[in-house]
Amino acid sequence: MSWVPVAMLAVPLAGAVALLMPYGRGRLLRAHALTVSGVTFALSLVAAVTYVRGGATGIGLETDLAWVPWLNLRFHLGVDGVSLPLVVLTTLLTFLCFVYLCRGGAGGTDRLPRGRPGPERARALVFTLLLLEVGMVGTFLALDLLLFFVFFEVVLVPMYFVIAIWGGRARRAAATKFILYTLLGSVVLLIGLLFVWAGTGTLDMVSLAAAHGAGMSRPAQILAFVAIGVGLAVKAPMWPLHTWLPAAHTEAPTVGSVLLAGVLLKMGTYGFARIAIPILPEGAAAVAPWLGAFAVIGVIYGCLACLAQRDLKRMIAYSSIGHMGFVLLGFATLTPVGLNAALFGNIAHGLITALLFFVAGAIKERYGTADIPALGGGMLARLPHLASLLTFACFASLGLPGLAGFWGEMLALLGAFDPAPGLSRPLFLLFMVVAGVGTVLTAAYFLVMLSRVTHGRPTETVHAPLLTAAGATGTPEAGEAAQEAREAQEAMVAAERVTEKVTADAEQVVEETMAGGGPPDTTARAGGSGSAGETGSGRGTGGAGSGRTRDVTAHELAAWVPLVALILLFGLWPKALLSLTDPVVHSLLGTP
Amino acid sequence: MIQSIDYFAVAPPLVLALAAGLVLLLDAFLPRRPYVRPMLCVVTLAGVLTALGFVVAQASRSGEALRTFCVPEGLTTAPRIVPALPPGVRPTTGKPTGTIAVAASGPETGAVPSCSFVVDDFTLVFAGLALAAGIVVVLLSMTLLASGEIPVGEWHFLLLCTLTGAVALPASRDLIMLVVALELVSLPVFALTGLRRHDGRASEAAVKLFLVSVVSTAVTLFGVSLLYGATGTVHLDRLAQVLRERAAVPAVPGPGQAAGDALPQVTGTTEAYVSALHLSYDSPPPDLSSVLAVAVVLVLAGFAFKVAAVPFHAWAGDVYQGAPVPVAALLSVISKAAGFAGLILILVTALGSEASTWGPPVALVAALTMTVGNLLALRQRHAVRLLAWSSVAQSGYILAPLAVRDDEATGASIAYLVFYAAMNLGAFAVVMLVSRRAARNELDDYRGLAFRDPAAGPALAFFLLCLAGLPPGLAGLFAKIVVFRELVGGGVAWLAVVMAVNTVIGLYYYVAWAARIFTPAPRGASQGVVSDMPDISAPGVVTAPENPVGSGEETGGGRRGWLPVVVAIGLTVVVALVFSVAPQVVLDLLPGGSGIGR
Repeated sequence: MSWVPVAMLAVPLAGAVALLMPYGRGRLLRAHALTVSGVTFALSLVAAVTYVRGGATGIGLETDLAWVPWLNLRFHLGVDGVSLPLVVLTTLLTFLCFVYLCRGGAGGTDRLPRGRPGPERARALVFTLLLLEVGMVGTFLALDLLLFFVFFEVVLVPMYFVIAIWGGRARRAAATKFILYTLLGSVVLLIGLLFVWAGTGTLDMVSLAAAHGAGMSRPAQILAFVAIGVGLAVKAPMWPLHTWLPAAHTEAPTVGSVLLAGVLLKMGTYGFARIAIPILPEGAAAVAPWLGAFAVIGVIYGCLACLAQRDLKRMIAYSSIGHMGFVLLGFATLTPVGLNAALFGNIAHGLITALLFFVAGAIKERYGTADIPALGGGMLARLPHLASLLTFACFASLGLPGLAGFWGEMLALLGAFDPAPGLSRPLFLLFMVVAGVGTVLTAAYFLVMLSRVTHGRPTETVHAPLLTAAGATGTPEAGEAAQEAREAQEAMVAAERVTEKVTADAEQVVEETMAGGGPPDTTARAGGSGSAGETGSGRGTGGAGSGRTRDVTAHELAAWVPLVALILLFGLWPKALLSLTDPVVHSLLGTP
Repeated sequence: MIQSIDYFAVAPPLVLALAAGLVLLLDAFLPRRPYVRPMLCVVTLAGVLTALGFVVAQASRSGEALRTFCVPEGLTTAPRIVPALPPGVRPTTGKPTGTIAVAASGPETGAVPSCSFVVDDFTLVFAGLALAAGIVVVLLSMTLLASGEIPVGEWHFLLLCTLTGAVALPASRDLIMLVVALELVSLPVFALTGLRRHDGRASEAAVKLFLVSVVSTAVTLFGVSLLYGATGTVHLDRLAQVLRERAAVPAVPGPGQAAGDALPQVTGTTEAYVSALHLSYDSPPPDLSSVLAVAVVLVLAGFAFKVAAVPFHAWAGDVYQGAPVPVAALLSVISKAAGFAGLILILVTALGSEASTWGPPVALVAALTMTVGNLLALRQRHAVRLLAWSSVAQSGYILAPLAVRDDEATGASIAYLVFYAAMNLGAFAVVMLVSRRAARNELDDYRGLAFRDPAAGPALAFFLLCLAGLPPGLAGLFAKIVVFRELVGGGVAWLAVVMAVNTVIGLYYYVAWAARIFTPAPRGASQGVVSDMPDISAPGVVTAPENPVGSGEETGGGRRGWLPVVVAIGLTVVVALVFSVAPQVVLDLLPGGSGIGR
């Protein structure tokens, strides 16, 4: 019985519950959010240190209490080399999200001090994110199948609200798609878990993993593996079950995207390492070729989709599908090398994509749009620091040797080169070749994007959206655009002058923007090219007031530097992570 | 012969019936003063609480189940062909796995006579559920009655009558008492529905409910009479025994001989009750299996009406919407629980050996019920109507484990019912609160509820998530897991898949509603909704059209009766939270709950 895992769940939960009390606005709220998430992060570090000093083998920091005996549901928590890095990643990213949110300055889309209808909204965001953290950390800590499922589900509702309330324009549809899709996945997962229970009579992951599938016939294992696999694959996501992901990532606010890509996707892949493969080895062996095939299709599909994207956040979302393809390919090999690759890739992707989404969010906030053509190039000249960070994150993501992204992909390919005995080697060699093509394509789309965004001559297209709003009144999108513009105006001017006529509003904003220094002829020209869809509105630009967008702020830097450091660390010293995962992987696979 | 009555056993329904009479008398003879109305409420509440106290007292005593209205000693020569029975058929008398087995094991041993009224775990769970739900309904109706539209005495009298039936029904162990108790639950509800005079919708609802209920009663009675005709007994335990023997007879060498042995003894029993049947047993016994099948289907259909199972669900939407909100809550929880209690008693206790006849239809009905209920709920814009269809869907989830046909599965059904009762009552309580502000009670009236009412909004969201079965509504999640587990473990995986898909469909409308609660109302719209409202549907509900103060003060429009609803919401929130955090509390109470772990 160890108190650390319990505390890791109790602290964010208590922090969330405390927010139900009517106190604390602004500064106090920020302090609260930072303290709670900071303490949780510190606890995860304590857990890591304790585990490593305790020899780094087996399950550490175990807590096992009966919760619902009628259901055989035990409150069984613990960490090992597989879950520990993910736990630390989760608490770190949550903490960094709060750091990012707490930055001061003018009103942004999702920052804490100023929300739309008052401070209640900011409190609600902190509350939701803390609840989300409970679910995420709990999923990685759980050692009981049903408990895992419960935490797996805890995540859904908070993430739904993060997207549905703080998201972009199409947020409601995206959030609904997200929750329905992932819930369908998780009920299938539940049926699969209950199959395991019906076959073996226990829900304890540790003893189930030690049994290596004893007690279940091969057909039962295959059935259970397919059910569990489908449930996890929706979350991961695996092609062709990925369709919820681009919409959710694009519409979610920055912190939502960061946590979605950085942690939530990992819950799916973690499930493969923790449940599906060790508990159902025969099922895994039977389904692995299919898993591998879907994985490499996902790699290629993600890359091709990325090449076709105009929206920066959407492109990063599709790149996640590609990277998760590598992770799933690693699992499909069923070798220690492959599993290590997958677990390493998990962490690397969490760090890199979180950084990418942070930077993309910052860009969207400054430019008012994440549309790549509308960004107009030349970012290295205008915002050198931000553009450098974007470049760094892209290179990390495309797998440049020396950065964290490299090892996950390389080891996955290596695993596919020599798959587990019983799997068809030629087939996996084919997978390896296809995935290799995928790495090239990955490099291609990132470089294309960088050349369009960071290089070239800076052009003034920033104010284009606002004019579009005025130019295209009458269409429904314009109505929405004007609505957004109006919100921006509210942020700038304290007085609320709400008229029913959308046109009047839009014109007002345009006047204001022009007064703010935008040359009228430039905006007029750009108005034709921009579409109504890219009207993220001029919040960031208007808020700055000076007409010049600001480069990286101190808060942003504080949130991002740890990620950069870790990407470098794991890129240069992969053994730091692999030495943790390797012994556990061997015991999970039952190999010496 | 003189029956000795165990008054402790019959105390809960007795107290309720006496309270009903008292309320009626007080209403008739007390002067019309302002204090009378709250006083009647308090008397009602005291009656329900006393009955609940007796239930708790009965639950806390240990030992044998309480039995009364038993067949006297001299008449207990139950039909027995014990040597012909394979040993596995007979339930053991030592430690039965569930109370249903207790009831079924009665007459074989000869020690326990057949009784019409038995208080065991099963009875206590359902009685406790009905009374706890009754408290919430009484609290909700206090708010409703505050408007003065509805005659208070009659209302409480009818409410107490329904509760009497709901408490007596799970204790009933013979067909006649079962039907009488079921009618006692149903009949007052028509009147309650239509008690709001000059309200067209309510009258329509009352008539619909009446017709449907009468038809279903007739169908049930027909099935019951066939059962009686086929077996010659009305006591459920004897019924079970006769049917078991029928099933066992063909296994004995020389089936004709064995049947010949068995039936005269059956006649011996029935002789004491009805000599009329004597005639039919003089001739060689006919093959009764087809008659039994018809009887089973008819009884099933009758109860399917009560629990609003597809294809007998069509009345739910209109009736729930037309009835006052407390009555809708009563219909969806108390009436439904009574229906399920009867269904479980007849199917599992009496017809347990005929499971192969009723198992597949029950599975099919469950699958249809959840699917149709969810699909209908998807398109609803009216809050109560949505809850009506959602409760149809939930009926499907409750019905599903019955198709597995063992005691643990029955326990899963009951568990789901108990969890569902708490969450559904909570949702209705908040709906009641909102209906006082926005009488039309459409889903759009809930926009921004969390900002107007920081307690009720999140509470409703919590209940909806419970109903959807998603954390933080862990109660609902556990309930669903219990059911899923029985389905997967019991080999009806196809039903589990149907239920999985349905859970997702259900989530859509629950979450869409929950999201509305947290979406700020469009500027000016919240006022507009209130003031533009045509007051057709519910003239009695106090609205605040001329209250310009704004959102926070809108509740002030009907200060009267505000407190009981809040208490009801608080109660249900606490119960739902307890169910979420420590579901074992309720799971321990369930019959068959001890032996679930396989």
